[in-house]
Amino acid sequence: MNVIKVRKALLSKTVLRGFFSVGGLIVLWQIAASMKLPGFTAVPTPIEVWGVLADSISQAKFWDHWAASFARVLSGFIAAQIIGIPLGLFMAMSRTFYATSFPLLEIMRPIPPLAWVPASIIFWPTTEASIAFVIFLGAFFTVVINVIGSARNIDVRYLRAAQSLGSRPMDIFLRIILPAVLPGIFIGMAVGMGITWEVVVAAEMIAGKSGLGYLTWSSYVGGNYPQIIIGMISIGIAGYISSSLIRLLGHYVTPWQRTS
Amino acid sequence: MTGTDQIAKNPSPNPATDVHAHGEVVIDAVSKSYMIGPVHEQVLENCSLTLAAGKLTVLIGPSGCGKSTLINILAGYETAESGTIAIDGEPIKGPSSDRLVVFQETALFPWMTTWQNIVYGPQVQRRRSRSDIETEASRLLDRVGLRDFRNKYPSQLSGGMQRRAELARAMINEPRLMLLDEPFRGLDAMTRELMQEYFVRLYEEKQQTVLFVTSEIDEAIFLADTLVLMSNKPGQVIKTIDIELPRPRSVQILTSNAYLRYKEQALEILHEEALKAFAGGSKSAADFVEAYEREQESQQ
Repeated sequence: MNVIKVRKALLSKTVLRGFFSVGGLIVLWQIAASMKLPGFTAVPTPIEVWGVLADSISQAKFWDHWAASFARVLSGFIAAQIIGIPLGLFMAMSRTFYATSFPLLEIMRPIPPLAWVPASIIFWPTTEASIAFVIFLGAFFTVVINVIGSARNIDVRYLRAAQSLGSRPMDIFLRIILPAVLPGIFIGMAVGMGITWEVVVAAEMIAGKSGLGYLTWSSYVGGNYPQIIIGMISIGIAGYISSSLIRLLGHYVTPWQRTS
Repeated sequence: MTGTDQIAKNPSPNPATDVHAHGEVVIDAVSKSYMIGPVHEQVLENCSLTLAAGKLTVLIGPSGCGKSTLINILAGYETAESGTIAIDGEPIKGPSSDRLVVFQETALFPWMTTWQNIVYGPQVQRRRSRSDIETEASRLLDRVGLRDFRNKYPSQLSGGMQRRAELARAMINEPRLMLLDEPFRGLDAMTRELMQEYFVRLYEEKQQTVLFVTSEIDEAIFLADTLVLMSNKPGQVIKTIDIELPRPRSVQILTSNAYLRYKEQALEILHEEALKAFAGGSKSAADFVEAYEREQESQQ
Protein backbone atom coordinates (compact mmCIF):
# COMPACT_ATOMS: atom_id res chain seq x y z
CA MET A 1 0.00 0.00 0.00
CA ASN A 2 2.83 2.36 0.89
CA VAL A 3 4.79 1.31 -2.20
CA ILE A 4 1.89 2.46 -4.36
CA LYS A 5 1.73 5.73 -2.46
CA VAL A 6 5.46 6.31 -2.92
CA ARG A 7 5.31 5.46 -6.61
CA LYS A 8 2.33 7.75 -7.06
CA ALA A 9 4.13 10.56 -5.26
CA LEU A 10 7.25 10.07 -7.37
CA LEU A 11 5.30 10.15 -10.60
CA SER A 12 3.16 13.11 -9.64
CA LYS A 13 3.20 16.15 -11.89
CA THR A 14 4.91 18.28 -9.28
CA VAL A 15 7.82 15.89 -8.97
CA LEU A 16 8.11 15.43 -12.74
CA ARG A 17 8.17 19.19 -13.22
CA GLY A 18 10.91 19.43 -10.62
CA PHE A 19 12.99 16.86 -12.49
CA PHE A 20 12.30 18.67 -15.73
CA SER A 21 13.60 22.01 -14.45
CA VAL A 22 16.70 20.55 -12.81
CA GLY A 23 17.40 18.30 -15.82
CA GLY A 24 16.82 21.20 -18.22
CA LEU A 25 19.34 23.32 -16.36
CA ILE A 26 21.97 20.56 -16.57
CA VAL A 27 21.35 20.11 -20.31
CA LEU A 28 21.64 23.88 -20.96
CA TRP A 29 24.80 24.00 -18.91
CA GLN A 30 26.28 21.08 -20.86
CA ILE A 31 25.49 22.76 -24.17
CA ALA A 32 26.83 26.15 -23.06
CA ALA A 33 30.03 24.75 -21.58
CA SER A 34 30.85 22.36 -24.45
CA MET A 35 30.22 25.10 -27.03
CA LYS A 36 32.46 27.46 -25.00
CA LEU A 37 29.87 30.22 -25.11
CA PRO A 38 31.06 33.60 -23.77
CA GLY A 39 31.53 33.35 -20.03
CA PHE A 40 31.60 29.57 -20.14
CA THR A 41 35.12 29.19 -21.50
CA ALA A 42 36.59 28.04 -18.20
CA VAL A 43 33.46 26.36 -16.85
CA PRO A 44 33.67 22.58 -16.69
CA THR A 45 30.83 20.61 -18.27
CA PRO A 46 28.41 18.58 -16.15
CA ILE A 47 30.03 15.44 -17.47
CA GLU A 48 33.44 16.58 -16.25
CA VAL A 49 31.96 17.51 -12.89
CA TRP A 50 30.31 14.11 -12.69
CA GLY A 51 33.65 12.45 -13.25
CA VAL A 52 35.28 14.39 -10.42
CA LEU A 53 32.24 13.94 -8.21
CA ALA A 54 32.61 10.14 -8.18
CA ASP A 55 36.16 10.63 -7.00
CA SER A 56 35.27 13.27 -4.39
CA ILE A 57 32.47 11.46 -2.68
CA SER A 58 34.59 8.35 -2.23
CA GLN A 59 37.01 10.36 -0.10
CA ALA A 60 36.37 10.69 3.62
CA LYS A 61 37.74 14.23 3.51
CA PHE A 62 34.85 15.41 1.37
CA TRP A 63 32.37 14.23 3.97
CA ASP A 64 34.44 15.81 6.73
CA HIS A 65 33.77 19.15 5.03
CA TRP A 66 30.06 18.41 5.07
CA ALA A 67 30.19 17.40 8.70
CA ALA A 68 32.21 20.49 9.67
CA SER A 69 29.72 22.87 8.05
CA PHE A 70 26.71 21.04 9.46
CA ALA A 71 28.19 21.04 12.95
CA ARG A 72 28.80 24.79 12.77
CA VAL A 73 25.35 25.53 11.39
CA LEU A 74 23.65 23.37 13.99
CA SER A 75 25.53 24.72 16.98
CA GLY A 76 25.08 28.36 15.96
CA PHE A 77 21.47 27.80 15.02
CA ILE A 78 20.53 25.93 18.17
CA ALA A 79 22.27 28.51 20.35
CA ALA A 80 20.29 31.22 18.55
CA GLN A 81 17.00 29.41 19.33
CA ILE A 82 17.89 28.73 22.95
CA ILE A 83 18.77 32.36 23.61
CA GLY A 84 16.51 34.04 21.03
CA ILE A 85 13.13 32.41 21.76
CA PRO A 86 12.99 33.15 25.52
CA LEU A 87 14.44 36.61 24.92
CA GLY A 88 11.79 37.36 22.29
CA LEU A 89 9.00 36.11 24.55
CA PHE A 90 10.27 38.12 27.46
CA MET A 91 10.58 41.23 25.31
CA ALA A 92 7.01 40.75 24.11
CA MET A 93 5.65 40.37 27.62
CA SER A 94 7.53 43.00 29.59
CA ARG A 95 7.09 46.59 28.53
CA THR A 96 10.03 47.81 30.59
CA PHE A 97 12.37 45.19 29.26
CA TYR A 98 11.19 45.86 25.73
CA ALA A 99 11.81 49.59 26.05
CA THR A 100 15.31 48.94 27.39
CA SER A 101 16.42 46.25 24.99
CA PHE A 102 14.69 47.06 21.73
CA PRO A 103 16.87 50.04 20.68
CA LEU A 104 19.98 47.97 21.29
CA LEU A 105 18.58 45.14 19.20
CA GLU A 106 17.62 47.48 16.40
CA ILE A 107 21.11 49.00 16.20
CA MET A 108 22.80 45.61 16.17
CA ARG A 109 20.38 43.97 13.77
CA PRO A 110 21.24 45.83 10.54
CA ILE A 111 24.96 45.00 10.91
CA PRO A 112 25.50 42.10 8.46
CA PRO A 113 26.82 39.02 10.26
CA LEU A 114 29.90 39.04 8.04
CA ALA A 115 30.81 42.52 9.22
CA TRP A 116 31.23 40.90 12.62
CA VAL A 117 33.95 38.56 11.39
CA PRO A 118 37.00 40.75 12.11
CA ALA A 119 35.76 41.87 15.53
CA SER A 120 34.75 38.32 16.29
CA ILE A 121 38.18 36.93 15.43
CA ILE A 122 39.82 39.51 17.67
CA PHE A 123 37.43 38.86 20.53
CA TRP A 124 37.16 35.07 20.58
CA PRO A 125 40.20 32.97 21.44
CA THR A 126 39.81 30.50 18.55
CA THR A 127 38.75 30.88 14.92
CA GLU A 128 36.22 28.13 15.43
CA ALA A 129 34.56 30.08 18.25
CA SER A 130 34.50 33.24 16.17
CA ILE A 131 32.83 31.46 13.23
CA ALA A 132 30.28 29.93 15.60
CA PHE A 133 29.53 33.35 17.01
CA VAL A 134 28.98 34.89 13.58
CA ILE A 135 26.64 32.05 12.64
CA PHE A 136 24.78 32.52 15.89
CA LEU A 137 24.26 36.20 15.08
CA GLY A 138 22.96 35.33 11.62
CA ALA A 139 20.03 33.36 13.05
CA PHE A 140 19.59 35.18 16.35
CA PHE A 141 18.03 38.47 15.22
CA THR A 142 15.58 36.80 12.86
CA VAL A 143 14.44 34.53 15.66
CA VAL A 144 13.98 37.33 18.18
CA ILE A 145 12.09 39.58 15.78
CA ASN A 146 9.77 36.77 14.70
CA VAL A 147 8.99 35.74 18.26
CA ILE A 148 8.23 39.31 19.33
CA GLY A 149 6.05 39.82 16.27
CA SER A 150 3.99 36.68 16.72
CA ALA A 151 3.66 37.11 20.48
CA ARG A 152 2.34 40.62 20.02
CA ASN A 153 -0.09 39.54 17.35
CA ILE A 154 -1.89 36.98 19.49
CA ASP A 155 -5.58 37.63 19.03
CA VAL A 156 -7.00 39.30 22.13
CA ARG A 157 -10.03 36.98 21.90
CA TYR A 158 -7.85 34.00 22.80
CA LEU A 159 -6.40 35.77 25.79
CA ARG A 160 -9.84 36.92 26.94
CA ALA A 161 -11.34 33.49 26.49
CA ALA A 162 -8.43 31.95 28.39
CA GLN A 163 -8.86 34.45 31.22
CA SER A 164 -12.59 33.87 31.42
CA LEU A 165 -12.15 30.12 31.48
CA GLY A 166 -10.14 30.53 34.68
CA SER A 167 -6.53 30.22 33.47
CA ARG A 168 -3.68 30.98 35.81
CA PRO A 169 -0.80 33.02 34.37
CA MET A 170 1.21 29.82 33.90
CA ASP A 171 -1.65 28.22 31.92
CA ILE A 172 -1.89 31.29 29.73
CA PHE A 173 1.82 31.17 29.05
CA LEU A 174 2.13 27.43 28.42
CA ARG A 175 -1.16 26.67 26.73
CA ILE A 176 -2.05 29.92 24.96
CA ILE A 177 0.97 32.13 24.31
CA LEU A 178 3.48 29.39 23.55
CA PRO A 179 1.37 27.49 21.02
CA ALA A 180 0.20 30.76 19.50
CA VAL A 181 3.77 31.84 18.77
CA LEU A 182 4.98 28.42 17.57
CA PRO A 183 4.10 28.99 13.90
CA GLY A 184 5.96 32.31 14.05
CA ILE A 185 8.92 30.59 15.67
CA PHE A 186 9.06 28.13 12.80
CA ILE A 187 8.91 30.89 10.21
CA GLY A 188 11.79 32.55 12.03
CA MET A 189 13.64 29.22 12.07
CA ALA A 190 13.19 28.66 8.34
CA VAL A 191 14.43 32.15 7.49
CA GLY A 192 17.19 31.91 10.11
CA MET A 193 18.36 28.60 8.69
CA GLY A 194 18.79 30.16 5.24
CA ILE A 195 20.81 33.03 6.68
CA THR A 196 22.89 30.58 8.71
CA TRP A 197 24.05 28.74 5.59
CA GLU A 198 24.93 31.98 3.84
CA VAL A 199 26.95 33.04 6.84
CA VAL A 200 28.72 29.75 7.42
CA VAL A 201 29.93 29.49 3.84
CA ALA A 202 31.23 33.06 3.79
CA ALA A 203 32.85 32.71 7.19
CA GLU A 204 34.59 29.50 6.11
CA MET A 205 35.87 31.21 3.01
CA ILE A 206 37.37 34.01 5.08
CA ALA A 207 38.65 32.20 8.12
CA GLY A 208 37.99 28.47 7.89
CA LYS A 209 40.25 25.46 7.54
CA SER A 210 37.38 23.11 6.77
CA GLY A 211 33.77 23.05 5.63
CA LEU A 212 31.93 23.35 2.33
CA GLY A 213 32.71 27.07 2.02
CA TYR A 214 36.40 26.34 2.53
CA LEU A 215 36.21 23.46 0.02
CA THR A 216 34.72 25.73 -2.63
CA TRP A 217 37.21 28.54 -2.08
CA SER A 218 40.31 26.29 -1.84
CA SER A 219 39.23 24.52 -5.04
CA TYR A 220 39.26 27.91 -6.75
CA VAL A 221 42.64 28.77 -5.31
CA GLY A 222 43.99 25.34 -6.32
CA GLY A 223 42.52 25.57 -9.83
CA ASN A 224 40.24 22.53 -9.42
CA TYR A 225 37.24 23.99 -11.24
CA PRO A 226 34.92 20.97 -11.27
CA GLN A 227 35.35 20.81 -7.48
CA ILE A 228 34.11 24.43 -7.17
CA ILE A 229 30.86 23.30 -8.69
CA ILE A 230 30.71 20.25 -6.47
CA GLY A 231 31.20 22.54 -3.47
CA MET A 232 28.43 24.86 -4.64
CA ILE A 233 25.96 22.07 -5.29
CA SER A 234 26.82 20.54 -1.92
CA ILE A 235 25.98 23.82 -0.20
CA GLY A 236 22.69 23.97 -2.09
CA ILE A 237 21.77 20.44 -1.11
CA ALA A 238 22.86 20.94 2.50
CA GLY A 239 20.70 24.07 2.75
CA TYR A 240 17.76 22.25 1.23
CA ILE A 241 18.11 19.34 3.66
CA SER A 242 18.27 21.76 6.60
CA SER A 243 15.17 23.72 5.65
CA SER A 244 13.27 20.47 4.90
CA LEU A 245 14.14 19.25 8.39
CA ILE A 246 12.78 22.50 9.86
CA ARG A 247 9.58 22.15 7.86
CA LEU A 248 9.21 18.54 8.93
CA LEU A 249 9.72 19.49 12.57
CA GLY A 250 7.21 22.33 12.22
CA HIS A 251 4.76 19.91 10.67
CA TYR A 252 4.88 17.69 13.73
CA VAL A 253 5.01 20.40 16.36
CA THR A 254 2.12 22.48 14.97
CA PRO A 255 -0.30 19.84 13.67
CA TRP A 256 -3.21 22.29 13.64
CA GLN A 257 -1.52 24.25 10.86
CA ARG A 258 -1.66 21.35 8.44
CA THR A 259 -5.32 21.75 7.72
CA SER A 260 -5.81 25.45 7.32
CA MET B 1 -43.16 53.87 25.33
CA THR B 2 -39.92 54.23 27.24
CA GLY B 3 -38.69 53.77 30.76
CA THR B 4 -35.53 52.27 32.18
CA ASP B 5 -37.41 51.24 35.28
CA GLN B 6 -39.13 48.41 33.47
CA ILE B 7 -37.46 45.44 35.02
CA ALA B 8 -38.09 41.88 33.99
CA LYS B 9 -39.54 39.67 36.66
CA ASN B 10 -39.92 35.93 36.32
CA PRO B 11 -42.85 35.73 33.96
CA SER B 12 -43.90 32.25 34.94
CA PRO B 13 -42.42 30.61 38.02
CA ASN B 14 -40.80 27.43 36.84
CA PRO B 15 -40.04 24.68 39.37
CA ALA B 16 -36.70 23.98 37.66
CA THR B 17 -35.44 27.48 38.25
CA ASP B 18 -36.25 27.28 41.93
CA VAL B 19 -33.81 24.41 42.27
CA HIS B 20 -31.04 26.42 40.62
CA ALA B 21 -32.17 29.68 42.10
CA HIS B 22 -28.87 31.40 41.45
CA GLY B 23 -27.43 33.62 38.80
CA GLU B 24 -29.63 36.66 39.16
CA VAL B 25 -27.83 39.58 37.55
CA VAL B 26 -28.66 43.16 38.44
CA ILE B 27 -27.29 45.83 36.16
CA ASP B 28 -27.88 49.19 37.77
CA ALA B 29 -27.43 52.53 35.98
CA VAL B 30 -24.34 51.51 34.03
CA SER B 31 -22.70 54.18 31.86
CA LYS B 32 -19.76 53.93 29.54
CA SER B 33 -18.23 56.26 26.98
CA TYR B 34 -15.27 56.17 24.66
CA MET B 35 -13.03 58.78 23.19
CA ILE B 36 -12.94 58.08 19.49
CA GLY B 37 -10.24 60.47 18.41
CA PRO B 38 -11.43 63.87 19.60
CA VAL B 39 -15.08 62.75 19.77
CA HIS B 40 -16.54 61.76 23.09
CA GLU B 41 -19.08 59.07 22.45
CA GLN B 42 -21.56 57.98 25.10
CA VAL B 43 -22.19 54.30 24.41
CA LEU B 44 -24.25 53.34 27.45
CA GLU B 45 -26.13 55.76 29.65
CA ASN B 46 -27.86 54.76 32.84
CA CYS B 47 -28.51 51.34 31.48
CA SER B 48 -30.46 49.26 33.99
CA LEU B 49 -31.60 45.71 33.56
CA THR B 50 -32.21 42.63 35.65
CA LEU B 51 -31.51 39.18 34.28
CA ALA B 52 -33.75 36.74 36.11
CA ALA B 53 -32.00 33.67 37.49
CA GLY B 54 -32.13 30.71 35.14
CA LYS B 55 -33.88 32.70 32.43
CA LEU B 56 -32.88 33.43 28.89
CA THR B 57 -32.85 37.16 28.27
CA VAL B 58 -32.39 38.34 24.71
CA LEU B 59 -31.10 41.81 24.03
CA ILE B 60 -32.00 43.32 20.71
CA GLY B 61 -31.36 46.77 19.34
CA PRO B 62 -29.92 48.73 16.45
CA SER B 63 -26.31 48.05 15.55
CA GLY B 64 -23.89 50.16 17.53
CA CYS B 65 -26.28 50.59 20.46
CA GLY B 66 -23.70 49.38 22.95
CA LYS B 67 -24.80 45.76 23.17
CA SER B 68 -21.28 44.45 22.78
CA THR B 69 -19.99 46.99 25.27
CA LEU B 70 -22.50 45.77 27.83
CA ILE B 71 -21.36 42.18 27.18
CA ASN B 72 -17.72 43.18 27.64
CA ILE B 73 -18.50 44.92 30.91
CA LEU B 74 -20.47 41.94 32.18
CA ALA B 75 -17.61 39.62 31.19
CA GLY B 76 -15.18 41.84 33.06
CA TYR B 77 -13.08 42.79 30.03
CA GLU B 78 -14.04 46.44 30.43
CA THR B 79 -15.18 48.45 33.41
CA ALA B 80 -18.18 50.72 33.66
CA GLU B 81 -17.63 54.39 34.39
CA SER B 82 -20.52 54.47 36.74
CA GLY B 83 -23.21 52.13 37.95
CA THR B 84 -22.92 48.65 39.42
CA ILE B 85 -23.37 45.08 38.30
CA ALA B 86 -23.97 42.29 40.78
CA ILE B 87 -24.55 38.56 40.44
CA ASP B 88 -26.56 37.15 43.34
CA GLY B 89 -25.72 40.29 45.25
CA GLU B 90 -21.95 40.14 44.72
CA PRO B 91 -20.44 42.89 42.60
CA ILE B 92 -18.47 41.55 39.62
CA LYS B 93 -14.72 41.97 39.39
CA GLY B 94 -12.66 41.18 36.30
CA PRO B 95 -13.05 38.13 34.03
CA SER B 96 -14.15 34.91 35.68
CA SER B 97 -15.40 31.48 34.75
CA ASP B 98 -18.60 32.59 36.49
CA ARG B 99 -19.47 34.66 33.44
CA LEU B 100 -18.52 33.14 30.10
CA VAL B 101 -18.73 34.72 26.70
CA VAL B 102 -19.40 33.09 23.38
CA PHE B 103 -18.08 35.55 20.86
CA GLN B 104 -19.32 36.77 17.50
CA GLU B 105 -16.40 35.08 15.83
CA THR B 106 -15.23 31.83 17.21
CA ALA B 107 -12.50 32.13 19.82
CA LEU B 108 -11.78 28.41 19.97
CA PHE B 109 -8.07 27.89 20.44
CA PRO B 110 -6.82 26.84 16.99
CA TRP B 111 -4.00 24.73 18.46
CA MET B 112 -6.35 22.52 20.47
CA THR B 113 -8.71 19.84 19.22
CA THR B 114 -12.43 20.12 19.87
CA TRP B 115 -12.00 17.89 22.90
CA GLN B 116 -9.03 19.83 24.28
CA ASN B 117 -10.93 23.06 23.84
CA ILE B 118 -13.93 21.77 25.75
CA VAL B 119 -12.00 20.35 28.69
CA TYR B 120 -9.65 23.36 28.90
CA GLY B 121 -11.76 25.37 31.35
CA PRO B 122 -12.30 22.68 33.99
CA GLN B 123 -8.67 21.58 33.58
CA VAL B 124 -7.19 24.97 34.39
CA GLN B 125 -9.71 25.59 37.18
CA ARG B 126 -8.50 22.39 38.87
CA ARG B 127 -11.68 21.90 40.85
CA ARG B 128 -13.18 18.78 39.35
CA SER B 129 -11.74 15.30 39.01
CA ARG B 130 -10.48 14.16 35.67
CA SER B 131 -13.11 11.46 35.20
CA ASP B 132 -15.82 13.92 36.13
CA ILE B 133 -14.58 16.38 33.51
CA GLU B 134 -14.33 13.69 30.85
CA THR B 135 -17.82 12.34 31.50
CA GLU B 136 -19.32 15.79 31.25
CA ALA B 137 -17.29 16.69 28.15
CA SER B 138 -18.40 13.49 26.40
CA ARG B 139 -22.00 14.18 27.24
CA LEU B 140 -21.78 17.73 25.91
CA LEU B 141 -20.00 16.59 22.75
CA ASP B 142 -22.91 14.26 22.08
CA ARG B 143 -25.43 16.97 22.83
CA VAL B 144 -23.90 19.33 20.29
CA GLY B 145 -23.44 16.54 17.74
CA LEU B 146 -19.66 16.65 17.60
CA ARG B 147 -18.82 13.18 18.87
CA ASP B 148 -17.09 12.26 15.61
CA PHE B 149 -15.15 15.51 15.56
CA ARG B 150 -13.59 15.40 19.00
CA ASN B 151 -10.08 15.03 17.64
CA LYS B 152 -10.42 17.61 14.89
CA TYR B 153 -8.90 21.05 15.06
CA PRO B 154 -11.19 24.10 14.76
CA SER B 155 -9.92 24.78 11.25
CA GLN B 156 -11.27 21.36 10.25
CA LEU B 157 -14.77 22.16 11.51
CA SER B 158 -17.52 23.98 9.64
CA GLY B 159 -18.71 27.36 10.89
CA GLY B 160 -21.73 25.80 12.58
CA MET B 161 -19.65 23.12 14.26
CA GLN B 162 -17.24 25.73 15.56
CA ARG B 163 -20.06 27.65 17.24
CA ARG B 164 -21.41 24.46 18.79
CA ALA B 165 -17.96 23.50 20.07
CA GLU B 166 -17.71 26.95 21.53
CA LEU B 167 -21.09 26.57 23.25
CA ALA B 168 -19.93 23.30 24.76
CA ARG B 169 -16.65 24.84 25.88
CA ALA B 170 -18.56 27.53 27.76
CA MET B 171 -21.34 25.33 29.14
CA ILE B 172 -19.08 22.71 30.69
CA ASN B 173 -18.03 25.35 33.23
CA GLU B 174 -21.62 25.81 34.39
CA PRO B 175 -21.21 29.57 34.62
CA ARG B 176 -23.71 31.54 36.63
CA LEU B 177 -24.14 33.73 33.58
CA MET B 178 -23.66 32.83 29.93
CA LEU B 179 -23.08 35.76 27.60
CA LEU B 180 -23.62 35.30 23.90
CA ASP B 181 -22.70 38.15 21.63
CA GLU B 182 -24.40 37.50 18.28
CA PRO B 183 -23.00 33.99 18.37
CA PHE B 184 -24.66 32.83 15.16
CA ARG B 185 -23.89 35.87 13.08
CA GLY B 186 -22.31 35.11 9.74
CA LEU B 187 -23.84 31.65 9.43
CA ASP B 188 -26.16 30.90 6.55
CA ALA B 189 -29.89 30.87 7.33
CA MET B 190 -30.29 27.08 7.51
CA THR B 191 -27.27 26.60 9.75
CA ARG B 192 -28.42 29.44 11.90
CA GLU B 193 -31.78 27.80 12.47
CA LEU B 194 -30.06 24.56 13.38
CA MET B 195 -27.83 26.41 15.84
CA GLN B 196 -30.83 28.03 17.46
CA GLU B 197 -32.41 24.65 17.98
CA TYR B 198 -29.23 23.19 19.44
CA PHE B 199 -28.91 26.16 21.69
CA VAL B 200 -32.50 26.17 22.89
CA ARG B 201 -32.20 22.44 23.75
CA LEU B 202 -29.00 23.02 25.70
CA TYR B 203 -30.55 25.93 27.53
CA GLU B 204 -33.74 24.11 28.40
CA GLU B 205 -31.70 21.27 29.82
CA LYS B 206 -29.45 23.42 32.01
CA GLN B 207 -31.52 26.53 32.72
CA GLN B 208 -28.54 28.75 33.34
CA THR B 209 -28.96 32.50 33.31
CA VAL B 210 -28.27 33.63 29.76
CA LEU B 211 -27.88 37.00 28.13
CA PHE B 212 -28.12 36.58 24.38
CA VAL B 213 -27.43 39.52 22.11
CA THR B 214 -28.75 39.48 18.57
CA SER B 215 -30.00 41.75 15.84
CA GLU B 216 -32.36 39.12 14.42
CA ILE B 217 -35.92 39.51 15.63
CA ASP B 218 -36.99 35.92 14.84
CA GLU B 219 -34.02 34.47 16.63
CA ALA B 220 -34.71 36.77 19.57
CA ILE B 221 -38.33 35.77 20.08
CA PHE B 222 -37.72 32.09 19.40
CA LEU B 223 -35.13 31.91 22.17
CA ALA B 224 -36.25 34.44 24.75
CA ASP B 225 -37.98 34.26 28.06
CA THR B 226 -37.56 37.99 28.23
CA LEU B 227 -36.95 40.25 25.27
CA VAL B 228 -35.13 43.47 26.03
CA LEU B 229 -35.22 46.23 23.43
CA MET B 230 -32.40 48.70 23.50
CA SER B 231 -32.35 52.23 22.20
CA ASN B 232 -29.87 53.70 19.81
CA LYS B 233 -26.73 55.29 21.25
CA PRO B 234 -26.49 56.07 24.11
CA GLY B 235 -27.81 52.61 24.86
CA GLN B 236 -30.67 52.33 27.29
CA VAL B 237 -33.38 49.78 27.84
CA ILE B 238 -36.56 51.05 26.24
CA LYS B 239 -38.82 48.08 26.75
CA THR B 240 -38.84 44.58 28.10
CA ILE B 241 -41.34 42.07 26.83
CA ASP B 242 -41.97 38.75 28.56
CA ILE B 243 -42.23 36.08 25.91
CA GLU B 244 -44.70 33.56 27.28
CA LEU B 245 -44.36 30.92 24.64
CA PRO B 246 -44.32 27.33 25.90
CA ARG B 247 -41.10 25.40 26.41
CA PRO B 248 -39.63 23.22 25.05
CA ARG B 249 -39.65 25.48 22.03
CA SER B 250 -39.72 24.15 18.52
CA VAL B 251 -39.73 25.83 15.14
CA GLN B 252 -43.52 25.37 14.91
CA ILE B 253 -44.02 28.31 17.23
CA LEU B 254 -42.59 30.59 14.54
CA THR B 255 -45.96 30.37 12.80
CA SER B 256 -48.15 30.68 15.89
CA ASN B 257 -50.32 33.74 16.41
CA ALA B 258 -48.81 34.51 19.77
CA TYR B 259 -45.40 34.56 18.15
CA LEU B 260 -46.52 36.89 15.39
CA ARG B 261 -48.05 39.29 17.91
CA TYR B 262 -44.78 39.47 19.83
CA LYS B 263 -42.92 40.10 16.63
CA GLU B 264 -45.27 42.87 15.56
CA GLN B 265 -45.05 44.51 18.95
CA ALA B 266 -41.25 44.39 18.98
CA LEU B 267 -40.89 45.59 15.42
CA GLU B 268 -43.13 48.55 16.08
CA ILE B 269 -40.95 49.72 18.94
CA LEU B 270 -37.77 49.11 16.97
CA HIS B 271 -39.26 51.05 14.08
CA GLU B 272 -39.98 54.02 16.31
CA GLU B 273 -36.44 53.82 17.60
CA ALA B 274 -35.01 53.53 14.10
CA LEU B 275 -36.95 56.61 13.01
CA LYS B 276 -35.33 58.57 15.83
CA ALA B 277 -31.92 57.22 14.89
CA PHE B 278 -32.58 58.02 11.26
CA ALA B 279 -33.44 61.58 12.19
CA GLY B 280 -30.13 61.62 14.05
CA GLY B 281 -28.30 60.63 10.88
CA SER B 282 -27.81 56.87 11.26
CA LYS B 283 -27.55 55.13 7.90
CA SER B 284 -28.19 51.62 9.17
CA ALA B 285 -31.42 52.89 10.69
CA ALA B 286 -32.53 54.02 7.24
CA ASP B 287 -32.34 50.47 5.96
CA PHE B 288 -34.42 49.21 8.85
CA VAL B 289 -37.06 51.91 8.38
CA GLU B 290 -37.35 51.13 4.69
CA ALA B 291 -37.59 47.38 5.24
CA TYR B 292 -40.19 47.82 7.97
CA GLU B 293 -42.39 50.15 5.93
CA ARG B 294 -42.27 47.92 2.89
CA GLU B 295 -43.36 44.96 4.99
CA GLN B 296 -46.24 46.94 6.48
CA GLU B 297 -47.40 47.88 2.99
CA SER B 298 -47.26 44.30 1.76
CA GLN B 299 -49.41 43.17 4.67
CA GLN B 300 -52.19 45.63 3.86
